Amino acid sequence: MALPKLKSDVTAARIAALTMPDGAAWAQEARKDALNRLQTIGLPHRRDEYWRYTTPDTLNTPDAADAAVFHSDESPVFGEIDQLKIVFVDGVFDADASDDLTLAGVEIERLETAAQADIHWARDLYGVLESRGQTPVARPLAALNTAFSTDGIVIRVTGQAARPVSLVYLHEDTSSDAILHHLVKVEQGANLTLLENGPAASRFNNVLEVEVADTGTFNHVRVQGRDHERRAATHIFTRLGRESTFKSFTLTVNGVLTRNECVIELTGDDAVAHVAGAALGDGDFHHDDTVFVTHDAVNCESRQVFKKVLRNGATGVFQGKILVKNPAQKTDGYQISQALLLDDDAQFLAKPELEIYADDVVCSHGSTTGSIDDTALFYLRSRGLPKDEARDLLVLSFLAEALEEIDDPALTEDMTTRLEAWLARHRR
Amino acid sequence: MTAFDVDVKEGVDQETVDAVKSLSGTYKHGWSTDIEMDYAPKGLNEDIVRLISEKNNEPQWMLDWRLAAFARWQQMEEPEWAMVHYPKIDFQDQYYYARPKSMAEKPKSLDDVDPKLLETYKKLGIPLKEQMILAGVEGAENADENRKVAVDAVFDSVSVGTTFQAELKKAGVIFCSISDAIQDHPELVRKYLGSVVPQSDNFYATLNSAVFSDGSFVYVPPGVRCPMELSTYFRINAENTGQFERTLIICDKEAYVSYLEGCTAPMRDTIQLHAAVVELVLLDDAEIKYSTVQNWFPGDDEGKGGIYNFVTKRADCRGDRSKVMWTQVETGSAVTWKYPSCILRGDDSQGEFYSIAIANNYQQADTGTKMVHLGKNTKSRIVSKGISAGKAQNTYRGLVSMHPKAKNSRNFTQCDSLLIGDKCGAHTVPYIEVRNNSSRVEHEATTSKVDDDQLFYCRSRGMDEEEAVALVVNGFCKEVLQALPMEFAMEAQQLVAISLEGSVG
Repeated sequence: MALPKLKSDVTAARIAALTMPDGAAWAQEARKDALNRLQTIGLPHRRDEYWRYTTPDTLNTPDAADAAVFHSDESPVFGEIDQLKIVFVDGVFDADASDDLTLAGVEIERLETAAQADIHWARDLYGVLESRGQTPVARPLAALNTAFSTDGIVIRVTGQAARPVSLVYLHEDTSSDAILHHLVKVEQGANLTLLENGPAASRFNNVLEVEVADTGTFNHVRVQGRDHERRAATHIFTRLGRESTFKSFTLTVNGVLTRNECVIELTGDDAVAHVAGAALGDGDFHHDDTVFVTHDAVNCESRQVFKKVLRNGATGVFQGKILVKNPAQKTDGYQISQALLLDDDAQFLAKPELEIYADDVVCSHGSTTGSIDDTALFYLRSRGLPKDEARDLLVLSFLAEALEEIDDPALTEDMTTRLEAWLARHRR
Repeated sequence: MTAFDVDVKEGVDQETVDAVKSLSGTYKHGWSTDIEMDYAPKGLNEDIVRLISEKNNEPQWMLDWRLAAFARWQQMEEPEWAMVHYPKIDFQDQYYYARPKSMAEKPKSLDDVDPKLLETYKKLGIPLKEQMILAGVEGAENADENRKVAVDAVFDSVSVGTTFQAELKKAGVIFCSISDAIQDHPELVRKYLGSVVPQSDNFYATLNSAVFSDGSFVYVPPGVRCPMELSTYFRINAENTGQFERTLIICDKEAYVSYLEGCTAPMRDTIQLHAAVVELVLLDDAEIKYSTVQNWFPGDDEGKGGIYNFVTKRADCRGDRSKVMWTQVETGSAVTWKYPSCILRGDDSQGEFYSIAIANNYQQADTGTKMVHLGKNTKSRIVSKGISAGKAQNTYRGLVSMHPKAKNSRNFTQCDSLLIGDKCGAHTVPYIEVRNNSSRVEHEATTSKVDDDQLFYCRSRGMDEEEAVALVVNGFCKEVLQALPMEFAMEAQQLVAISLEGSVG
């Protein structure tokens, strides 16, 4: 079916403003396929079913809108954690600021380098999971990313990584438009923790493709940057083998537009996937979590926990779906999305979906929206807590369920400190 | 399945007993009555719309209204977002008007009605002329006033008779076919028709606006509690006919009415189209209970034939403190597309939706509700139970929307799905939109299969497998069955068992 004119015009204008990077034959082919996909589905429009709550216009324009750079004297996120740091400034790899890319049991390369090699394992992953993730729901911005990504990191994990790999995205140019594409391949029994943080650019399009082989483990903790005017569209695509584990947690504070999509495919029996998020928004903050979990193997577990605290006109969106295919018997699927609206202007829009074709499953979802419980607030105040502190405590306890999804206590601690600081800053 | 024994109270009509008994079989309503029919030519165009209007002897404003709808419909596209798949409907291959010949002149009383028609209704188990007293529930010594049910029956396109007219008149309640209402109460019809579901609301509602043939009209004046339950029975008899009925219920200030709706159709291996519109208007302090038992022919075991049921139902709680309650038991139809909705406009108004949707064999159901909270302190409650068996697909699709001005509003939603067999599907697609913080919205959904332990227990007590499943499923649906008026609750309970026949083993 031909695209509506409106869509094809927007798509063509965006494509015209981009240049496809050079590379080996396989990389070129993958990029051209992705371009075809993009041209077939077209860039998103607010009348698309999965964009009904988030207006994608600013993500579609040929140029990124200006976004002020936010300078802060706070300690860097994950600062206390022993890590292998890889720095991108406005989407450009910064070798001087980054650590040496060597880590026992892990092969790390820049995408730019990998894409030049005629024979490379990345060939079997680049754009592969993204392409699989285009049905049944189209993700045009991810296809655009595969076609035009300028750089990224490719990681192959063969053993137990001693330190987390940490991607740090700095934002320095007020009109930067970054497109990064990362690949992670966790081999059988291997284990990696990936950290991501920073605002990255004025407009950031990020794709992370993660293949976890049998019995492999992948942990992911992400903090999305403080620069309020930045816009981001991120995608995680993952495919999980037998008895493998995938866990991802995202903390978002500020950001005029953030769309985080996570597409999980459980293809091996007994695999586990957890995805969680905590978001705090004030003012013209718009945060959208769109998750699609496909169960295609026996006895897998999936869990989605999303919490949002919103005030002063902020908007939270959650679109989560669990699809249980016919062979996926004994599935345990859980999904919860909750919003705490701190004042009357905030809004929360949710679409928690289940689509189930197997009978021996336990699937449930819950979604609640409300304000702070006055009784609880009264109780804390009667114990002598000032109103602000009492409120912050209740907000933190509301977010706790999402924070508990992080396995590493040091990281949980780091996240909690950030949240406390945000709450203290935003007290009235 | 064992025969269903009814504990008969004195004074209960044998006909009623048989009707209840007859429910314990497979699709019992699969016969058709051989009645001479008066058809309009096949297909749909402006002339057909004019013809329908003319046949009903309608005034010019009504015809204009229909034509406007038709013009709009021609520009609309059939919606495809629902999780149902069926071959494209050829809208030109349908009859849009069929009327039993003997009805060309409206009968003065039921005595004038073709005996064959009356026989049809007997078969349907509706004792048109009798009080409908059911057996053995509640300590009803004698049939009291509340057990009376006034019935309006719609056969193919035409309303054939409405009972208890005199008694209703005494109370001031108007209950008649919509075609009569257009003649006799044009001021009410003009004021309210299309005010809840506008002409161009959606594809099927617009089609209905253009070609609706008949339906029921109810007006309950201020302060009146309708002395009996009102009921409409819809029957599609003729082959290849679409049925497009339009129901309009207006409940004035402080009035109350309980309305029941039942539907059946013969077994045919071609599909039949049913696109109804129901509009409810509630003024201050009014209350409407609207209950549906939908048992249209669902198609045979191979998925051949059946009714396509595309219905738009909406209640507008205009008045403060008004209350509407939708209860539905959806067991029939090959394809169902139905979302009874509540617009909670008045402050403190309430909307409730209780639904059981059962899909077996090749049935597909995409059903749910919309609760649109506009007024302050509005409350809504959704309890939906979906049961899938065989190769059926069952989807709950719903919207809960809290507008910025709907302060202190409350919603609770629970939708549970039960899967029987591993070739069926159960889906949940809720939309939740909260735009103020003084409201609370809670949504819960679960999907599970029939519990083996419960089945084992029932079987160890000597039940066969089908009975055991029926019992467990009835337990699963209990919350909704309890919301039904008593007469319907019994029928519904039986229907639940019947619809699942053949789904085990």
